[in-house]
Amino acid sequence: MRDLLLVLPLLIPLSTAVIGLLFWSRPHLQRALATVGAGLLLASGLGLLVSVRHGGIHTVQVGAWPAPFGITLAADLFSAIMVVLTGLIGLAAVLYSLGSMDAHRERFGYYPLVHILLLGVCGAFLTGDIFNLYVWFEVMLISSFVLMALGGERAQLEGAIKYVTLNLMSSALFLAAVGVLYGIAGTLNMADLSKTLRATPRPDLVLAPAMLLLVAFGIKAAIFPLFFWLPASYHTPPVAVSALFAGLLTKVGVYAMIRVFTLLFDHHAHSAHLIILVASGLTMVTGVLGAVAQNELRRILSFHIISQIGYMIMGLGLFTPISLAGSIFYIAHHIIVKTNLFLISGLVFQLQGSYQLKRLGGLYRKHPGLAALFLTPALSLAGMPPLSGFWAKLILVKAGLELQQYLIVAVSLMVSLLTLFSMLKIWNEAFWKAAPAEHSASLSRGTQLALFLPVLGLAAITLWIGLMPEPLFSLSEQAAQQLVDPTEYIRRTLGE
Amino acid sequence: MDMVLAIVVGGLYAAGLYMMMRRSIVKLIIGLGLLSHASNLLIFTLGRLMRGRPPLIAPGAEALAEPYADPLPQALILTAIVIGFGVQAFAVVLIKRVYQIVGTDDLDQMKSTDEL
Repeated sequence: MRDLLLVLPLLIPLSTAVIGLLFWSRPHLQRALATVGAGLLLASGLGLLVSVRHGGIHTVQVGAWPAPFGITLAADLFSAIMVVLTGLIGLAAVLYSLGSMDAHRERFGYYPLVHILLLGVCGAFLTGDIFNLYVWFEVMLISSFVLMALGGERAQLEGAIKYVTLNLMSSALFLAAVGVLYGIAGTLNMADLSKTLRATPRPDLVLAPAMLLLVAFGIKAAIFPLFFWLPASYHTPPVAVSALFAGLLTKVGVYAMIRVFTLLFDHHAHSAHLIILVASGLTMVTGVLGAVAQNELRRILSFHIISQIGYMIMGLGLFTPISLAGSIFYIAHHIIVKTNLFLISGLVFQLQGSYQLKRLGGLYRKHPGLAALFLTPALSLAGMPPLSGFWAKLILVKAGLELQQYLIVAVSLMVSLLTLFSMLKIWNEAFWKAAPAEHSASLSRGTQLALFLPVLGLAAITLWIGLMPEPLFSLSEQAAQQLVDPTEYIRRTLGE
Repeated sequence: MDMVLAIVVGGLYAAGLYMMMRRSIVKLIIGLGLLSHASNLLIFTLGRLMRGRPPLIAPGAEALAEPYADPLPQALILTAIVIGFGVQAFAVVLIKRVYQIVGTDDLDQMKSTDEL
């Protein structure tokens, strides 16, 4: 039963995608199937989380080849939390797509592609083998390439060229790092690598793959100075795709970075943690300054993704149990809030026909409900109490103060002020000022339900985390404990 | 032999990066191909080169006799080649579509998504 729980988050999206492909010319069936599949994925993720919380780390030796010879799947609390979030965002994006995706894209396999993307993301979270991680990254990347370019509009293709090139370059670096690691340690199982690297006679060599992986995952996570592909491409595909990418893809990079720098390189790369801390500060500042200069709704939000990535890796750079707990809390909060903001930008587009701030206006008067729905994630992103972002930042700031890293704490507080400024700019331009031109769009009831349900649900979760942060915080704390002390992970994976 | 392969790997990385920094999208794809070949050869070299010692258990023996060539890096490279092939096939189709829609192969002309 435990083995099944660990494999289900991979089997469900895989079979949903395959069955969906069998019904290539029947889009309604694909829509129903995709919704059910995403719901089941969320349910299986929750099941895995409960089971891991009570029963400790789960592992499966695929094909019954004993570790470290075969491929191991392993789920600790951090992986399980990420799988739940993947299911949640998958479900939100699929529901939103039901009301907003055009028939042309649906006919070309949009829903199966979304599920292959979810498969790649879940696989990356659950694997315990570094080469297998590379393979899951590629599964995720190739489906994201197609989703990015599907539809073939000019902006999409221009964005896709940059997205594809930089991500392939990061894959080449990742592969090179795997080769170097194998050359040093002679194993690819991450738990075994952790043990072998700890006892390596040449610790100076370990810094080379550590830096290669930092750059490879840094490109995927969009940290400073490797983020330029993100604002060039994330605003070009349909909004459901943007929201899915914004919620999940960069966070897979952050996850991989946290995983390797806690499990593989915790003993060797003290200088790496310093580099990560410096990069996190610069990522926050450049991201938020980039956002201040923008006037297109989705580009503002894209730059905020970058700035928020800085907070997530700030916890890794500080590298204490409490700061890692802060990172995990931040990732969970950010995935929910950022997806929601992208979905809301899509609603604004549906209602007023533009993403340009100067063509928007008057939404507060006409749609006060939508205005409230925007304010919840927007203020949470800026870190206003009592919303989820406040607690996430509070934990990180507390961790920074405990280590007397006053500079990074000051930077993070200043950046949240600028984030607030940027959110208020959207509020003033799109919601508060008078409408520049009348644009009346009417949506059918079914479409409204599909568009508003995910937005409402995610906003409710943001509020819930904000009002009751304790459950998520204790979960993040336990997950961070497992990351800081990997002996249990190693013992369970290698079956000793 | 290690030295020769090391120089080849370095040369491939250098050539790949150089091609990626050209303005033509066709050269960009060639550069990406060279980068992935460089990574594959790097794995091959780091898996220890061994001449004429296939990892086969001799008749009558119970286990492999040292030294033998490690087959795992080759399995990794095979996987990476297959993935790289698929990705590059996609990239070639992508640049064809880009050329048809945007009407140029010059990367410097493709900055409409970066404008404020």
